[in-house]
Amino acid sequence: MSANEDVINVIVGIEPGSALADVIAGRADIMTLTQQTHDGALMPENPGGLSHAERAALALRIAKINDHKAFEEHFEAMLEKAGSPDGAVHMADIWFDGGSDPRANALIRHVDLVAHAPKDATRRDIELLQEAGIADADIVRLSELVAFVSYQIRVAVGLALMKGLA
Amino acid sequence: MSKIVHDFTTDIPFWKPYVTPLDLAEASADQLEALKVTPSNNKVSDYVLVLAHDVETLKHRSPLFNAVMYNRDGLSRAERELGAVGASIVNRCIYCAAVHASRHNQLTKDEDVIAAIFADGVDAEIAPRLKAILNFAVKLSKCPSEADADDMAALVSAGLGKDEILDLILSTSLFGWANRLMHTLGEPIAE
Repeated sequence: MSANEDVINVIVGIEPGSALADVIAGRADIMTLTQQTHDGALMPENPGGLSHAERAALALRIAKINDHKAFEEHFEAMLEKAGSPDGAVHMADIWFDGGSDPRANALIRHVDLVAHAPKDATRRDIELLQEAGIADADIVRLSELVAFVSYQIRVAVGLALMKGLA
Repeated sequence: MSKIVHDFTTDIPFWKPYVTPLDLAEASADQLEALKVTPSNNKVSDYVLVLAHDVETLKHRSPLFNAVMYNRDGLSRAERELGAVGASIVNRCIYCAAVHASRHNQLTKDEDVIAAIFADGVDAEIAPRLKAILNFAVKLSKCPSEADADDMAALVSAGLGKDEILDLILSTSLFGWANRLMHTLGEPIAE
């Protein structure tokens, strides 16, 4: 996928000129903003305390939690592009809980919780991040990453179902 | 004394963040731009000040939110709110559910649909079209999504056009995003 390609377009396989492409064209502004947010969440100019590689790795985890193969491949490619540093690659392993690294442990625990069961999140979950030394601004960056990727995957799932309509 | 709200309601609570909102006095030029702060408009909610910590998503998120909920044509505004409510129920975001349920009620001038949904969820006895919308929104909001071809076909049978279905997908998904911020970064307090 090249830098300028729309992720949802590619993942859903929206054919130019198809009926679905026509419908989506009516909401082109939203699709453009979605792609821009994707880039802002995954590859921000100022990544703060979450590197591009870590963001790709955590997004890959979220794709796995959502059981979405095409998004897994997409984020895996982004992780490779970010140089696949060992620490980040580890974070993408769904069976890895961060081990003895308190920061990785807290990040992974929170991503898994908010991706899968946000209803169960409480004040204590934010305190655990703070106790692991994660700054409030990075807690917000992490939350936006999980929240946005959860949104983008659902848009793609919905569009794939629309594609099945006659 | 302040009290955390745990049950779905149409009385909009006050949202109290768990993290420290951005101090406007310390905001960067990019943050002020994304917040649209001007000398005559300096009232920014704590929620938006929290999100301003991540300005590179916030600057796109605000226009995206408005486009999904208020763009012309397509699904009615009230039915977009129903997609938001369906997601907010699955994710138990009391605050989002309250805001968007009350907006639905204002737009439809009816309180029965939301009352039935808060009482019985997807089993609520509501018009078939609304039931198909709610059912799809709830299933798409699960993790992983449980929406399938039958749920999509039910939307078509209920009379939704493709443009309307697209808007429903967008408003439901948008609240998969909003709920994961609002419900995890703060709590609803009864005023």
